[in-house]
Amino acid sequence: MARDDDGDEDFVTFGTALEPLEDDEPLRKPIPLHEQTVKDEKGRYQRFHGAFTGGFSAGYFNTVGSKEGWTPSTFVSSRQQKADKHHARPEDFMDEEDFGEHGIAPRQITTSLEFSSSRRDEAAERAKAVGAQAALIPGDTLLEELISPAKSSIGVELLRRMGWREGQGVGPRVKRKPRRQQQAEGGTKAYGCMLPPAGSEDSEDEYEEFAPDNVTFAPKDVTPVDFSPRLGVQGLGYRGLDPGLALLGRGADEHIDLFRPQSESRSRLFGDARSSVRRGGVAGQAFGVGALEDDDEDVYHRDSMSRYDTVLGGEEPGDGLFGWTAPQQYTKKKDKSKDASYLGKILEGFTLAQNPPEEKVIFPPPALPSNYRPVHRFRPQVDVSRLSGVSPALAQALKTSRGHMIKEDPQQEGRHQLDSGQRRTMLGEDALKGPSSVMDLLRPEDRQRLLNLRNSTNPTTCTPVSTDKSQVAKQDLLVGVAPPPSGLQQQQKVLAAWRGSNASTQTFKPFEKTPSKQARYDLYLDRLRQGDTDALEQSLDQTMTEWERSREREEFVRASVLYRPSSSSLSSRFTSAKHKEDEDSVEVNRDEEGDVDDKQNAVKMKMFGKLTRETFEWHPDKLLCKRFNVPDPHPGSGVVGLPKVKRDKFSVFNFLSVMESREMAAPPKPPESGKKSRWDVSQQETKGTSEDPQSAAQTQPETKSDHSSDPGLPASSSRGTSAASRTQEKLADLQSSEKKTAGDEEEQQEEDEEQEEEESRPSMDLFKAIFASSSDEKSSSSSEESNDEEDRKDKEEGKTDLQPANLFTITTSSVTTSSVTTSSVTTSSVTASSVTTSSVTTSSVTTSSVTTSSAITSNSHTGAASYQKSAQEELEFGPKLPPPSTPADRGGAAQICSQSREEFSRKKEKKHKSRKQNKHKKDKKKKKCKKHKHKQEKKSKKDESDSSEDMDKDDDDDDQVSTAELLKRLKNIQSHRTR
Amino acid sequence: MAFPQPKPQAPQLPQHLLRTIDCQQGAVRAVRFNADGNYVLSCGSDKSLKLWSVSQGTFLKTYSGHGYEVLDADGSYDNSQICSCSSDKSVILWDVATGQVTRKLRGHAGKVNCVQFNEEATVILSGSIDGTVRCWDTRSRRFEPIQVLDEARDSISSLKVAQHELLTGSVDGRVRRYDLRMGQLHVDFVNSPITCVCFSQDGQCTLSSSLDSTVRLLDKSTGEMLGEFTGHKMKGYKLDCCLSSKDTHVLSCSEDGFVYCWDLVEGSLSLKLPVGKAVVQSLAFHPSETCLLTAMEGRVQVWGAEPEDIIVVLVERPRD
Repeated sequence: MARDDDGDEDFVTFGTALEPLEDDEPLRKPIPLHEQTVKDEKGRYQRFHGAFTGGFSAGYFNTVGSKEGWTPSTFVSSRQQKADKHHARPEDFMDEEDFGEHGIAPRQITTSLEFSSSRRDEAAERAKAVGAQAALIPGDTLLEELISPAKSSIGVELLRRMGWREGQGVGPRVKRKPRRQQQAEGGTKAYGCMLPPAGSEDSEDEYEEFAPDNVTFAPKDVTPVDFSPRLGVQGLGYRGLDPGLALLGRGADEHIDLFRPQSESRSRLFGDARSSVRRGGVAGQAFGVGALEDDDEDVYHRDSMSRYDTVLGGEEPGDGLFGWTAPQQYTKKKDKSKDASYLGKILEGFTLAQNPPEEKVIFPPPALPSNYRPVHRFRPQVDVSRLSGVSPALAQALKTSRGHMIKEDPQQEGRHQLDSGQRRTMLGEDALKGPSSVMDLLRPEDRQRLLNLRNSTNPTTCTPVSTDKSQVAKQDLLVGVAPPPSGLQQQQKVLAAWRGSNASTQTFKPFEKTPSKQARYDLYLDRLRQGDTDALEQSLDQTMTEWERSREREEFVRASVLYRPSSSSLSSRFTSAKHKEDEDSVEVNRDEEGDVDDKQNAVKMKMFGKLTRETFEWHPDKLLCKRFNVPDPHPGSGVVGLPKVKRDKFSVFNFLSVMESREMAAPPKPPESGKKSRWDVSQQETKGTSEDPQSAAQTQPETKSDHSSDPGLPASSSRGTSAASRTQEKLADLQSSEKKTAGDEEEQQEEDEEQEEEESRPSMDLFKAIFASSSDEKSSSSSEESNDEEDRKDKEEGKTDLQPANLFTITTSSVTTSSVTTSSVTTSSVTASSVTTSSVTTSSVTTSSVTTSSAITSNSHTGAASYQKSAQEELEFGPKLPPPSTPADRGGAAQICSQSREEFSRKKEKKHKSRKQNKHKKDKKKKKCKKHKHKQEKKSKKDESDSSEDMDKDDDDDDQVSTAELLKRLKNIQSHRTR
Repeated sequence: MAFPQPKPQAPQLPQHLLRTIDCQQGAVRAVRFNADGNYVLSCGSDKSLKLWSVSQGTFLKTYSGHGYEVLDADGSYDNSQICSCSSDKSVILWDVATGQVTRKLRGHAGKVNCVQFNEEATVILSGSIDGTVRCWDTRSRRFEPIQVLDEARDSISSLKVAQHELLTGSVDGRVRRYDLRMGQLHVDFVNSPITCVCFSQDGQCTLSSSLDSTVRLLDKSTGEMLGEFTGHKMKGYKLDCCLSSKDTHVLSCSEDGFVYCWDLVEGSLSLKLPVGKAVVQSLAFHPSETCLLTAMEGRVQVWGAEPEDIIVVLVERPRD
């Protein structure tokens, strides 16, 4: 019993003991199966889910936490306790179970390995120490040294069983004897491989000599290569501060070897201590230099690419740690010795080549025979196919030897040698309808020229002249189109082009937007195809007005020229797109700004006003009007800014405007053909100006050119006065009929004027688009002349019209000219002549008559008008720059100036007086006398053009008039003013 | 004529230097009178806008909030607000009294050259190097412009507002006049980059200076040239021009350090005011009196018709 008792004490109990059964307690019923449930510590049921889904269910019905689910910690802030940052830790998301003993984050300290204080594994220690260098805290092995696991791996166990002991290498045991011998030999001769002078073996060598021959030794232990994952976020090659290095004060100036980390620390670990001057203080990449230290050149780590390896492999560690890279090390050693034996300097980053480069064996070229001539003669071609008896191999050899491929049968060719026509015939496809080559699209003469050219270059090749009838027909079709035809001729050519061409449905429909027009156009085309000569007239709608018809005529002819059968034949080669592009209209400003060139010229001549002014419709924003307190000028319009219109991308008008520059004449001469440019507008408007005193003067550049190109300016001025005096006599007659004077000029002009009056025309751009270049030479020339006349007239009108704004006092000269015609002309002539000395070449011709120059301009125009005829021949349409005035002008002007200086001075006085005059008066007067003036100048013009004999006489007249007559006129003026 | 017409006074010219204000805000880019001509706004290249009193020449307030040099400014009719524009692409509406930014309007794509209130200060109009004029509403709190006028093909260099008309000068060589009442846009082609445009006081003419060293007086309604004023040098800088308060003279800055003053009618040079050696950057004429402001480098100079002492008396008498 006692023994039993003792035995009881020694018992080790496992598990929890069952409750002792009590006698009186009834036997418990076994728990039924459905009640055998698993509960956690808190008594919650744990339902089994299956091994793969995580075992037991977690939380509340597989959710986290409670019935409400997992509630995150809420943000609370108060005055005392400002919101501090809440960092969520992983523990916040764990259940209590996880903190338990067997959880994933146990709160208690548990052992994960068994520990022992047995003998240390030195090799492992070394490896660990090496690995620790790469760790975040270098040299952090202290803890591991203190607590070392007792468990050894199965491999170690097996090795132990096999007789391995710690500290030994693995492998067959070796003898040391031969190694020693080799070493001895190495001193005298160095054949073959040198053995590494292993540092650790040196010490062994001392007692090895005592070792007997039959004793073998275990191989040297090898330090395992430690592959440690990078844990930190530092970049590649970063080393933390190594206390051992840092305390030595060594900078990071040595070569960085990414593939041999911590080689120097390793070598230091294995005993080859470097001879470095030990310094105090801490230094390293992250540390500067202390205040007490004197060297500061290496404060900042400077990096350079030369410190990195750029090639994998390369140098192997020479630290005796030969693991799996061991074999290379021996060759490496040899290199080292070779490097040392090399006398020259080896560049950094280079080593001596291991193997000397193979010398190229250069064979000398064969000696040429003395009679060799370097001229190549081609051997004659041999038609292999014709050599019937030749074997195919021979034929092949012949071919290859010559380098010439003899033409083979098409059957033997690959499919890449076939051209499209051959393929088509093979496939049995129909030939394409259109022209077969680009040459077909050319005109025959062009083609002929091309052929000639080609023939001349290689006369031997015979050019295939197509004898195809249809092609010839096509050529004929194309003939008529290319050269710029004119007038009816063009219509004929169109007819010729369209005649007989098959009705292709794919022709371009230029008037698609207006179906009726397109229908008429189609009709026209049909007739053309039938060869109807008056197709155009027949296809037009007779109910339309003449103007509309002529316009349409024009368009149709143009369109038929543009989309002639050639293009349709070309288009037959292409298929039209399945999905039509909707973007065939572009948004453009409705009112385009006019040509800048014209305006620039106008600015150069300082003719501001109509020429430089453009007015657009502009829609201000509604709100803007409200803010400016003005009513909306365009109520109800949704537009803001400049109104935009959609315009067809491919509208005929677009094409026509492009064609404008080309000299394409239209066959039917429309009645409006005379007016076609923007200048017409100005003409039209200037008609209105005669009624409107505020409107600007229409000055035309031609007048300027007239004036300055006038060879005899001084004479002209004097003549002007005489003419004026004469016109004074005829004043009554002139007043009677304006038509008469106009009619005196030229019949052509009259006609044009009548034409202009005959109707109000549609908007300008329409004209521009259609008729820009559509007029034969005759009509255009006549219109030019008429334009000139008109312009000159306009300008003269405008001159007297000139109405400066209210705030300005006008120059008196204009007043005088308007009030008394005769005196004005004389005085103005005088002033002009005197002023021209200074400013004939300058802007004296401008109509800007704010300054006193208005008198000058008026005079100069009278003069200019006199020479209008001569200048007319040179006139060209459009604005021109004034040619530089000839020196003769100035001389003449000076002459006149000397003659009439006193008159000028007198005139000036008058001017000053008259400036204070009432402006309204002036306006009225000007209005009145404008017409007179205009006619009178017309008259003078005529006079001058009539005869050149008058010139001398005029001069005489001038002399006579100048003194007495002028005084009289001046008096006249003054009386006028006082009235 | 019941009453005899008053004798026309000989036009006076601001030829006496009254005072020089050293603004100390870098180069003065623009100098402007307020609506009644008692105060001066100077736009500095150091991002500041300064308010001065003309009569004393004293400094009153600095308005800072721009991110780059201030290029133009304008005061509202009731002196309660100032608008200014800057190279930082923004237009700022200031409260005069507090000096706070009431509104900062962004939207221009480039530096804003010129800014103007309309007559009732309900709209700010700003012209920019991006070629647009933007009309900003000061009444609502919208930050988008009411309307963007993008007709110009180049930078807007100058703009003026008169009643229902907006006049803009652009580097594309065109003077545009937007007539809100008529709903029309009139474009006058000048062919040289416009540096400054002005309405005459009577609203009948427009004055435009361009880089061909010419100032042109154009009739507003027709676009005719009424006068051309040359002699000064304006080749590369955006310099101002203006008309005198009575429309008697045309004044223009010049790159040779003078302010040229021409008789409007005669077209003759009536005064060549030596301001300094550098370029006269900006000038402004008093809305009613004969008083001229010029800006050269960092200084603003006030010029008057009479020497200083008389002016001072004239100004100070009402106070007594």
